[in-house]
Amino acid sequence: MNKERPKHLDLSKIRLPLPGFVSITHRITGVLLFLALPLLLAVLQNSLRSVQTYTQLAEILHHPFAKLVLFGVVWAAIQHTCSGIRFLMIDLDIGKRLAQARTSSKITLAASFVLTLLAWVRLW
Amino acid sequence: MGAAMVNRVVTGAHYGLRDWLLQRITAVVMFAYGVFLLGYVLLHPGLDYNAWTGLFSSQVVRAFSLLFLLAVYFHAWIGVRDVVMDYVKPAGIRLTIYVLVVLALLLYVIWSVIILWGI
Repeated sequence: MNKERPKHLDLSKIRLPLPGFVSITHRITGVLLFLALPLLLAVLQNSLRSVQTYTQLAEILHHPFAKLVLFGVVWAAIQHTCSGIRFLMIDLDIGKRLAQARTSSKITLAASFVLTLLAWVRLW
Repeated sequence: MGAAMVNRVVTGAHYGLRDWLLQRITAVVMFAYGVFLLGYVLLHPGLDYNAWTGLFSSQVVRAFSLLFLLAVYFHAWIGVRDVVMDYVKPAGIRLTIYVLVVLALLLYVIWSVIILWGI
């Protein structure tokens, strides 16, 4: 019994299933949010410290680059929350079957897209 | 350094279930705070500096905010540790990242208290 078995360990040849995509996105957005923590704390601090720092912060946040960063953080937070809710539901034995897992992955991605769009419209 | 020595590794303690649970509890705390703050901001259009600091002058809001931030830090530690555990194999680099992350998060705890009670 020395049968030559096919090995599919070349990552570039393996198509990542949608639930896998949601999972890795959850990890990436999680790390991004961790890296954004000092920035967010600085924003909170300056928003509370004094009228001067508050006004200054408002001006800075109107800069296109700041908006881009903020948009990235908002997207990461929304995406991470949506996929997080999905993981919690799977923990509660909701949507564990493959078809449901695929559907909930689609819902997660669609919901975070719509919510990010809404946040974008609301903020600017 | 005898070969007969048990090959002990620095991973695989018994924190798995506890951290798994903590990751979910902190997630719920963060979500509750997020709903609270987002709801407040949406219900108060044209929020200015006075109203904003007014909200944070309440001890309850400050305590809830600190609880939220502590939940964030615990959640971040468990999450980052799990990610690093999966992708960073050399023990030295892994340990260095762990130490840096823990130090950063401890500093954030101090910073958070200063932000919330230093104003």
